Amino acid sequence: MIEIKDIHKSFGENNVLKGISGKFEAGVTNLIIGGSGSGKTTLLKCMIGLHHPETGSVEYDGREFTQMSFEERIEIRKEIGMLFQGSALFDSMTVEENIMFPLNMFTEQPRSEKLDRVNFCLDRVNLEGKNKLFPAELSGGMKKRVGIARAIAMNPKYLFCDEPNSGLDPKTSIVIDELIKELTEEYNTTTIVVTHDMNSVMGIGDYIMFLHEGKKFWEGSNKEIAHTDIQELNDFVFASRFMKAAKEKF
Amino acid sequence: MNFTNFGKYILLLKAVFRKPEKTKIYMKAVFQQMDFIGVGSLGLISIIATFIGAVMTLQIAFQLVSDFIPKTVIGSVTRDSSILELSPTISAIVLAGKIGSAISSEIGTMRVTEQIDALEIMGINSPGYLILPKILAGITMVPLLVIFAMVLSITGGYIGGTLSGAVSPSEYIQGITTDFNPYTITVSLVKAFVFGFIITSVPAYEGFYVKGGALEVAQASTRAVVVSCIAILACDYIVTQLLL
Repeated sequence: MIEIKDIHKSFGENNVLKGISGKFEAGVTNLIIGGSGSGKTTLLKCMIGLHHPETGSVEYDGREFTQMSFEERIEIRKEIGMLFQGSALFDSMTVEENIMFPLNMFTEQPRSEKLDRVNFCLDRVNLEGKNKLFPAELSGGMKKRVGIARAIAMNPKYLFCDEPNSGLDPKTSIVIDELIKELTEEYNTTTIVVTHDMNSVMGIGDYIMFLHEGKKFWEGSNKEIAHTDIQELNDFVFASRFMKAAKEKF
Repeated sequence: MNFTNFGKYILLLKAVFRKPEKTKIYMKAVFQQMDFIGVGSLGLISIIATFIGAVMTLQIAFQLVSDFIPKTVIGSVTRDSSILELSPTISAIVLAGKIGSAISSEIGTMRVTEQIDALEIMGINSPGYLILPKILAGITMVPLLVIFAMVLSITGGYIGGTLSGAVSPSEYIQGITTDFNPYTITVSLVKAFVFGFIITSVPAYEGFYVKGGALEVAQASTRAVVVSCIAILACDYIVTQLLL
């Protein structure tokens, strides 16, 4: 479980996060949604330590992260897997080397065991046999799946996904969403997905936190989101005609 | 570099020299970088050093037209200029262009495509993993390249001088072997060591803090080469002042 308390973050005069608190439970898919510039990626980066919040705390199962030293953070980070918006695969390495990289860095397993783990992860994301390809040879959806395989290579307790569906066609987006949900339930990870994809919201949003102008405006599940009266949330979720039509059927 | 940048540069270096997560992986990266910086630059350094030696000999011969100055001086001046100044400094400036821009754009691209963030999230000290092998390779391979450049520059002087008839082979050889002070080699290698550090660390700094996209990566590469060249010339003066 990850708990954030009163997170504030500014860039110069621009107050991006204005006191956000919340709890993200293990074994369920937690979504952070909001329009562009609402602060969702900044919040994610504050949670994983890529940004330093001015005030507030982030606790990983009771372990306060923001005040930790560099060495203490490394121990937490070994428990974190992250899927980046652009996949962030290492260009100079093959798929196999990308997934094996954290294993090489932090384990003393023999190569055969690491290779087994790589093959297991690739199998898990339906990319078996793609070991020797380079990132430049992969499609956008395949890159995301390799990103997920690398993220789960170390059996993470916490999985973060930054806009996992961006740039993907609707069918591939659903595959990625289902994969994230399956992995979350299978390994009981605390999964946090930053997205503004409405299919994801309705499909896998066990817990949803809606941000607007740097503040938490609403929280609930995908079953509750259709019945809210909050104007800002309705404007965001049901912006398209398709979603408006879908809402009327709820 | 203004003071803010210099402070950030020092802090980055502090992070670079943290204890590596796994020495074996770092050593593998060091050897890869040695191959890139050292072996990969041999051809370029060979051509430049040979031609500079040849041209320098011709110019010295042109300027020393006097019955009072023996022609062996041409060899002596070529030797000392090659060892003390031209081999380390010109090699370093050329390497700053070749290696510096490559390092800056490699790390800069990794920054803008979130690959550095990915390293951080995995719990890896990204400055150490990305920059330390480059610095270690730089401070070992640049002195070796400079030694190579010294030999080729003096050889180039011999070829250029004798082919043009500016100096006879025996006069040139007598010149380069007379009154040789081995300390000049030490000074040159100290310079090469310092330049190797600059050529790798300054571009790495420029690349590491890139923000934006392709345009900013390109700008950082240009800045890396310019700042490295200025730093090389400034350190050249300081080392020369201190050691000679």
